[in-house]
Amino acid sequence: MYTQALDVHGKEAAPDAADGGPAQRFQARVDAEEKIEPKDWMPEAYRQTLIRQISQHAHSEIVGMLPEGNWITRAPSLRRKAVLIAKVQDEGGHGMYLYSAAETLGIDRAQMFEQLLSGAAKYSSIFNYPTLTWADVGAIGWLVDGAAIMNQIPICRCSYGPYARAMVRICKEESFHQRQGFEIMLTLAEGSAEQRAMAQDALNRWWWPSIMMFGPSDADSKHTAQSMRWKIKRFSNDELRQRFIDITVPQAHHLGLTIPDPQLRWNPATEHYDIGPIDWAEFHAVLKGHGPCNRERMQARRTAYEQGRWVREAAAAHAEKERLRSSASRTEVGVT
Amino acid sequence: MSENWPLFEVFIRSRAGLEHKHVGSVHAADERMAIEHARDVYTRRQEGVSIWVVRSGDIVASDPGEAEALFEPARDKVYRHPTFYTIPDEVKNL
Repeated sequence: MYTQALDVHGKEAAPDAADGGPAQRFQARVDAEEKIEPKDWMPEAYRQTLIRQISQHAHSEIVGMLPEGNWITRAPSLRRKAVLIAKVQDEGGHGMYLYSAAETLGIDRAQMFEQLLSGAAKYSSIFNYPTLTWADVGAIGWLVDGAAIMNQIPICRCSYGPYARAMVRICKEESFHQRQGFEIMLTLAEGSAEQRAMAQDALNRWWWPSIMMFGPSDADSKHTAQSMRWKIKRFSNDELRQRFIDITVPQAHHLGLTIPDPQLRWNPATEHYDIGPIDWAEFHAVLKGHGPCNRERMQARRTAYEQGRWVREAAAAHAEKERLRSSASRTEVGVT
Repeated sequence: MSENWPLFEVFIRSRAGLEHKHVGSVHAADERMAIEHARDVYTRRQEGVSIWVVRSGDIVASDPGEAEALFEPARDKVYRHPTFYTIPDEVKNL
C-alpha cells in the first residue's frame, strides 16, 4: 500500500521558468524518458513535489500497519496469522524503502517523522477507517491493496530513479497482499450466512473509501498537469479510478457480493461501469482529520515513537561506547 | 525530535556468483545494527546471501556535471569493440 493523490491541499508548485538553461535541459531529459538521479540538476519545484509525494506515501505505509495490526492477535488460524504478520511487516518495509528514496532528495528521516507526528504531513485517508471485523482484513487486502497497486504500477516508470526503483520492489511484494485479501473474502463468501453477511458488511464499508483513494476528480486535482509533464504521474486520478472499478466489480460478482452503489451500471457505449456520485465532503473531512480514527492513528504513532525512545537512546549510547573503546585500543596499540 | 542514526547504503549479493548490488539505505546506530536492519528491510524474500553496508558519508561519487569530461572520451573509440573490424565471411573462428 498505498500512495494516494493527496493533491488537494498544499501550495501549488510553481514550475521554474523555462529559461533555455538547466530547466529546459531537464525537461528534455524527462521528455526523452531518461531517469533523473539524486545528484542530477532538478527544478526546486520538482524536488519539493517528490519530497511531499514520497514522504506522504511512506507515512501511509507506516500508518497503514495499524488497522491490520489490530487483527494479528485475533486472526482465525495460525496460517492467517502468519500471513497477516508478513503483510504488516511488508508495509513497514515499504515505508522504509520510501523514506530511503525521499532522503536522496535532501530531506532527512527525523524531519519526515516530525512532519508525520506533528500532523503537518498527510497520509492516505483510507487508514482513518476502523477495522471492526475479521472480514475487514480481507476487504483491505482485496480493495485497498488493489487500489494501491492500480495507483502504484504507473509510478514504477516515474522519472525519478530512486522512487521508481522503490516502487518496482513494492509492487512485486504487493500482489500477495491483494490475493490473500481476496482469499479471505472468498472463504467468508462461501461460508455460513453469518460469514457472508460479514463479508458484505466489510465491502459496504470499504468500497467508497477505496474509490476515494484515487484522490479528487480530475477537475479538482490541481497538481496533475505538472506532475504529468514531469512524468511523476502517468494517468489521471479518474482514469485510474475507472480502471479499478472496471476490474473490481466482476470480482465482487464472483464473490456473490453486492457493490454498495445502487447507480452502478455497465455502460455498453463506453464499455465501462458508471457509478453513483462520490461523497467528496467525506473525503475532505477525513483528510482534514475528522475521519473515524484520525486521532487514534496519530496517537498510536506518537506513543510508539515515545515508547521507543529509550531503545534508540540506548543503542546510540552503546554505539558511542564501542566507538570510544575501539579508538582507545587502537591508540594503545600505537603507543606500545 | 532525537537526531538521526547514521545512514548506511546497503548492497546485496543475491546469490553466490553474482556481485553485490546497491538496493537502498537504512539508518542504524552502528554497523552491526545496519546489517540487521538491512536483513529485515531488503531480504524478506530470500533476496540475498550476503550484505554489505557502508556509511553513506564514506561514499565518494562522481559529479553529474563532470559526466562529459569523464565519459565522453570513450564515445569515439568504437575500435575498442569487436564489431568495428570487418572480417570476410569465409574466415571462421575469429
